[in-house]
Amino acid sequence: MKILVCISSVPDTTSKISFTDGDTKLNKAGVTYIIGPYDDYALARAVELKEQSGAIITVLNVGNADAEPQIRKALAIGADDAIRVDVEPTDSYFVAEQIAAVAKEGNYDLILMGRETSDYNSGVVHGIVGEMLGIPSFSPVMQLDLNGNEAIMTREIEGGKEKLTASLPLVLGCQEPIAEWKIPNMRGIMTARTKPLKVIPAAGSALTTTEKYSLPAPKGACKMIPAEEAEKLIELLKTEAKVL
Amino acid sequence: MILIFTEIADGAIKKSSLEAIYYGSKVAEMMGTTATALAIGNADEAELAKAGNFGAAKVLHANDTKLTNPNSMAYASVLAETVKSIGAKVVVTAKSSFADAVTARAAGALKAAVVGNVTELPDLSNGFQVKVSIFTGKAFADVNVNGDVKILAIKKNVVAPIESGNIATVENISPALADNLFAAKVTETIKATGMISLPEADLVVSGGRGMKGPENWQPLLDLADALGAATACSKPVSDLDWRPHHEHVGQTGVKVAPNLYIACGISGAIQHLAGVNSSKVLVVINKDPEAPFFKAADYGIVGDVFEVLPKLTKAVLANK
Repeated sequence: MKILVCISSVPDTTSKISFTDGDTKLNKAGVTYIIGPYDDYALARAVELKEQSGAIITVLNVGNADAEPQIRKALAIGADDAIRVDVEPTDSYFVAEQIAAVAKEGNYDLILMGRETSDYNSGVVHGIVGEMLGIPSFSPVMQLDLNGNEAIMTREIEGGKEKLTASLPLVLGCQEPIAEWKIPNMRGIMTARTKPLKVIPAAGSALTTTEKYSLPAPKGACKMIPAEEAEKLIELLKTEAKVL
Repeated sequence: MILIFTEIADGAIKKSSLEAIYYGSKVAEMMGTTATALAIGNADEAELAKAGNFGAAKVLHANDTKLTNPNSMAYASVLAETVKSIGAKVVVTAKSSFADAVTARAAGALKAAVVGNVTELPDLSNGFQVKVSIFTGKAFADVNVNGDVKILAIKKNVVAPIESGNIATVENISPALADNLFAAKVTETIKATGMISLPEADLVVSGGRGMKGPENWQPLLDLADALGAATACSKPVSDLDWRPHHEHVGQTGVKVAPNLYIACGISGAIQHLAGVNSSKVLVVINKDPEAPFFKAADYGIVGDVFEVLPKLTKAVLANK
């Protein structure tokens, strides 16, 4: 069993977002980077599958050298080796193209990643990779078990969920509660330092460029209504906010 | 040519897809072309013709019985083939997890640029530029989209459709469907029935840990019922299994953009705000006046949710 886990390196979800250089670059000062929260679920499930029935996990990041602490963390959590495609991850098609190129070389049974990255939230990379490789893709997957060559999954759908089965190889976009996030232990951190990390150049070219960033307009003051006159809220929502 | 991927639920075009059709027709106007809607699955011709009311000149309907149940791979194949056959340059869809799965595979087949969470009509003055919401609503990016085919997934409430009264012509299509598109076997579907769809809802009533337990949800359900609102919850509530996971709103859950979001007993952690910050009007009810959610709210009530909720329900019913 060979599993490829694709991780993004993104600002911590509690980060305050701001921009520099005339709003053309993300201000990285004071921002802590983490493994994408959804990718972290995918990684955790891969490690569980490895513990249950053995697997070799390769972790893949499309990004520049700044992402290496997150890659080392993934190795500390339980991945066996890592590949970094050395390029700024601009758009979904471009990132998927890099992942598909690595996947074609490696013959993986499972390609796991988060349902979306928490920076651009597009949620399409897994599907594009699946199409490029000519294998099925499913997302968002909340449960994953393997029975030989068959994957038994639960996928979230609008207003509920469905159970489905399909044969490997597969590309899956993962989300909670597929597994609990894992925290690396000391031994994992020590061994991660010497696990192989291969850096390779990118292929193809980006299909989008970002011209400028902006922040939402600041919110006005909150209008407080005394609890004993709570019913007045409904009137205000009708006449003032006009949403009822 | 602009093609709109249209989602059908229970035989009707989804409201979010009607917005996408309107958006697509506006892009078509800007580009001096027409908008065609692609509908896949079971629906009446009369229902599909309503796409004309929102600006589509034509509806292409793929109604093979194999397509009755939503299957992202088969739908993607139909979408990609249709883009090729009509020569569409721009594909518009309403953002949803199903539409994402469909457009993703179509993008892979078409070498298309995909941009998600588009918040405005494109700027065509210098190439093709769109504004997208990034970092789960914390910021925006103006993105230049290149590529021969462009796929735009638009957020809810990006356009306010003006109905034209026109009727679209509906044409049936029978695209080839390869067997390997049906590789997955769905063994069970568990779906809440008679519930208002959360991502589609205009009004949402949501509960957090301040509700103190699943047995206390009735007053919240009563208000949602009176308003005709969908119900939602915070991450701790779904983690504790007080409410089903598909109701979880936030950074790692459903992102909503209703006209009104009423948060009951939710403190307003930044991860929760990420899922609701596109709402037009935010109401926060919390007994803690220091709850961070009040800073993001439009209206606030400091008080016991179990005293406040019945008052609101009563006021809604009295106003009906």
